[in-house]
Amino acid sequence: MAAPVRSTAICSLGAFRNQNFRFLSTSLRQLASGGASGQPPKFTPPTKPVIIDKTRAEVPLRRFLSPEFIPPRQRTKSLKFALERKDMIQRRSVLNIPEFYVGSILAVTMSDPHASDKTNRFVGLCIQRSGKGLGATFLLRNVISNQGVEICYELYNPRMQKIEVLKLEKRLDDNLLYLRDALPEYCTVDLNMKPIATSPTGDVPVNTLKVKMKPKPWSKRWERPKYNVQGIRFDLCLTAEKMQEAQKWAQPWLEYDMLKEYNTSALEDSIWQEVQKSAGK
Amino acid sequence: MALTYRCGQTNGGMALARRFGAALSKISGTQHCAFSVSAAVAAIQKMTRVRVVDNSTLGNTLYHRPPRVIHVYTKNRVGKVGDKVLLAIRGQKKKALIVGHKMPGDRMTPRFDSNNVVLIEENGNPTGTRIKVPIPWHLRRLEGDYSKLLAIAHRFV
Repeated sequence: MAAPVRSTAICSLGAFRNQNFRFLSTSLRQLASGGASGQPPKFTPPTKPVIIDKTRAEVPLRRFLSPEFIPPRQRTKSLKFALERKDMIQRRSVLNIPEFYVGSILAVTMSDPHASDKTNRFVGLCIQRSGKGLGATFLLRNVISNQGVEICYELYNPRMQKIEVLKLEKRLDDNLLYLRDALPEYCTVDLNMKPIATSPTGDVPVNTLKVKMKPKPWSKRWERPKYNVQGIRFDLCLTAEKMQEAQKWAQPWLEYDMLKEYNTSALEDSIWQEVQKSAGK
Repeated sequence: MALTYRCGQTNGGMALARRFGAALSKISGTQHCAFSVSAAVAAIQKMTRVRVVDNSTLGNTLYHRPPRVIHVYTKNRVGKVGDKVLLAIRGQKKKALIVGHKMPGDRMTPRFDSNNVVLIEENGNPTGTRIKVPIPWHLRRLEGDYSKLLAIAHRFV
């Protein structure tokens, strides 16, 4: 019995060796005391050694700034946004708002005076994030007993109690409203789904799923270049001529419009510093 | 204002659209594409086609005309969740309660993919014995009047 314990102790690295030896010695003492009272010694399984590879450099955590912190391009004096940011950080110290993206699966618990236990939990696929500042919202969609249900949640609403990320991933598009016109299996989420662990380092996995659509008519003409949808199998529902026809609405000159450019990287950096500073306080 | 405009377009275009749609399907040979001109997202008003979501025989037997709202019992004649409507269903007039609609309501309340109603009697008791789809929690504010209807719901969201 002692042999595997010793071998694990040898396997483990310097920092943990001492602990394991201490464990060995205590277990020996326990063995001895058990033998003295005449009862058979009780087996306690050895702790599993934690192996830390110190040769590999430590990967920094993923840097994530929630998109509602970035103000829309409106006014030159951003006092309103600064005040809102202060309130948002204050709210975040009470409510844990995790990192999530459009395409992630979330579970939201909110207080509901009409519900039986005063709380209401809904699980769904995040299909849209919108709004800036304190009024930021996200839209969850699920299909429950063949009925599509969507709930638009306000991130900073005082009724929010808990936001859990069950599956963290991105999709090909930043807006998945086309799932309303897709086959229902693409947004059916199990209500009792267990969270799937993801690493806090590295990039967020991108799900390159392309969905099949219901037959037309759709709520919007998703084939038009305005929406620039990547996640639909257009080859199954539209002919090549129809796709060609939709290109008539393309506005390729818009990408060269310099007045529409809004580079937020410098702004993002400064807001990130501000958020980190006030969160650490 | 926009709502009324859309409504006029819907009602006027209905007969025309049906004829046109039939002709179109004959030309292109597509069976799946039902021609629809109803407003994509609007609250429930007169002539809105609705889906009956309980298990009553009246609401579940097929008929050549879908059930339509012919009156909404509210002051502005626009129906939201919890409002009573009068349906024309299988050639009869029948009262119903709206339990979900396509138009997004307040934040933090559910929006459904179809306009759902539950048939009720004159005294507010449900006609069916089970509601097949989830219904919103905030219908429970009508607990006093429709407690029997809420009791046959099997799931709330």
